[in-house]
Amino acid sequence: MADTSVTLEPPVLLRLREPGRWAAVRDYTRRNPDMVVGLIIVVALLLVSLIGPFFVDVRQAQPMRAVPGQPPSARYPLGTDDQGRNLLAVMVVGLPLTLKIGFLAGAVGLSIGAILGLSAGYLGGITDTIISMIVDIVLTVPGLLILITIAASIKTFISVEVLALVVASLAWPRPTRTIRSQVLTLRERGYIQVARRSGVSTPEIILFQLLPNLLPYLAATFVAAVSATILASIGLEVLGLGPQNDPTLGMTIYWAINYNALLRGMWWWWLPPIIAVVLMFVGLFLISSGMDEIANPRRRRVV
Amino acid sequence: MRVDYLVRRLIQFVIVLWGAATLNFILPRLAPGNPVRERLLSALATGGYQQAGIEEMVRAYNEQFGLDKPLYVQYLLYLQAALQLDFGYSIASYPAKVLNLIMAALPWTISLLLVSTLISFVLGTLLGALMAWPRSPRFVRHLVLPMMALSAIPYYLLGLVLVYSLGILVPMFPISGGYAIGSLPNLSWAFIQDAIYHSILPALSIVLSAAGFWAIGMRGMMVTTEGEDYVVYAEAKGIPERGIFLHYALRNAILPQLTSLALSLGTVVSGAVVVEIVFGYPGVGSLLFQAIRSLDYFVIYGVVFMTVLAIAIATLALDLTYPLVDPRISYRGA
Repeated sequence: MADTSVTLEPPVLLRLREPGRWAAVRDYTRRNPDMVVGLIIVVALLLVSLIGPFFVDVRQAQPMRAVPGQPPSARYPLGTDDQGRNLLAVMVVGLPLTLKIGFLAGAVGLSIGAILGLSAGYLGGITDTIISMIVDIVLTVPGLLILITIAASIKTFISVEVLALVVASLAWPRPTRTIRSQVLTLRERGYIQVARRSGVSTPEIILFQLLPNLLPYLAATFVAAVSATILASIGLEVLGLGPQNDPTLGMTIYWAINYNALLRGMWWWWLPPIIAVVLMFVGLFLISSGMDEIANPRRRRVV
Repeated sequence: MRVDYLVRRLIQFVIVLWGAATLNFILPRLAPGNPVRERLLSALATGGYQQAGIEEMVRAYNEQFGLDKPLYVQYLLYLQAALQLDFGYSIASYPAKVLNLIMAALPWTISLLLVSTLISFVLGTLLGALMAWPRSPRFVRHLVLPMMALSAIPYYLLGLVLVYSLGILVPMFPISGGYAIGSLPNLSWAFIQDAIYHSILPALSIVLSAAGFWAIGMRGMMVTTEGEDYVVYAEAKGIPERGIFLHYALRNAILPQLTSLALSLGTVVSGAVVVEIVFGYPGVGSLLFQAIRSLDYFVIYGVVFMTVLAIAIATLALDLTYPLVDPRISYRGA
């Protein structure tokens, strides 16, 4: 019975002109430069942490492994902090840690959001009412402050993973809302109707009909969630509510503030992590706005 | 406006407050360790006393803070107290009441936030509209990238950069505090001047970064609006360009901006809280930071509850005034 729906093919119209692969890449780059620049930035940041360990001893990202309080020099290209960390090593180790928090929390938030959004959008009725109301409520609450209460209560146990979970606990409302509204438009499409009328079960429709068509939106939502969770995690870390023994970017900024690096003119301590964070946000923002253009053709560049 | 919408909106308001209060009640009880005991131990450690009698002291304090009663009684008492905005005493700076501490900090935060949010919203929205307007000067239309970068920077990181560049490298503005050291808060003109002078840098870091956010959002909306038929029609009718810009494109594109203002108040406040810490500004954020450092739970929960309350009121007010701005919305049967 389920077979009836599988025979539906994507419209052939889209494949009228088939340019070569490189031409396609070039066309795409020209049409959507945001996304390409964003990808380049994020990949470059990832490369720093991949290649970095070949050039610098990553053990020096821990305290007391280098001469403390040194300005940038040939030996320590980014200088060292008061606790004797080599700041270049800190950057190499911290960048992937911060990204890891974002990806973990973003994935958890997206999964919860997908489950809630699919149920709300597809089932409708009371399920939708309740889920939408909860989402509306949670969205208006000052998220960071709630996270602060949670993190302050478990301050001594915070590791990179725990921090990711804490941040993820409020990362689901926005994905839920976006996915729900997409499902609302998808469920009225012809192929879903056909599947429903031909007796395909609800879980099967959600898994095999809705989900594949949601993928571009899921990807765009994921990038947005990653960037939001990184923002939240750094907010917590700057307050000292991060992993005390891991040199994430946010914790590095916290230590720099804590040791008055600003007043003491130790710019090499706080400036590199800030630049890295800003690059990361700009990169993720460009990717997500580029993805928006793919996911929502209506938003495609008019100018 | 329908009554049932109002009722539903008010129920939502109550749920937000109840949820925040309950979270504040549950969290400390889930966390291991007894804050009273830890606080006393650390006080004793700094004082260098022997530990004798600490259990009696813990018990006495527990009684005073009501921590010895059964959980549900504690919960009901807690809800009652929260209704009266009574968050008890600060553990770190006993016998100061939490509410008094918050009330002393609140005017600073509200004035800083109100002014900087208003400025950034107006500035950003206008810039965003101009960025999307085909007949704007070329340099305005090239502001997209810098605005995007600004919007991507958290307020407080921009704040750090500003402290260093305008406070330390070129010492034009004071780098921390809300007023000159040694002066006492009062309502004299000289003091207000001093307070404004001190608030320029924190406000600037919020304004710059938030304006980028509003500009990017507004630009997106303008681009869509400019393609609408009514704009083309207005052009064909020969309505002057300025009129089309203001009354046709901008007027319609600004509505989603207002919605997103209501939605992002929470984020704005959260960001401002951290800005205060960077600048040592004597507002609610700094109070919160001190409380986190000394594990002063009652102050933490009080600050969070009061902020949630303030934002809930502001969001409610924005939601209810929305039909005034957009007559198409009447919340009928919504």
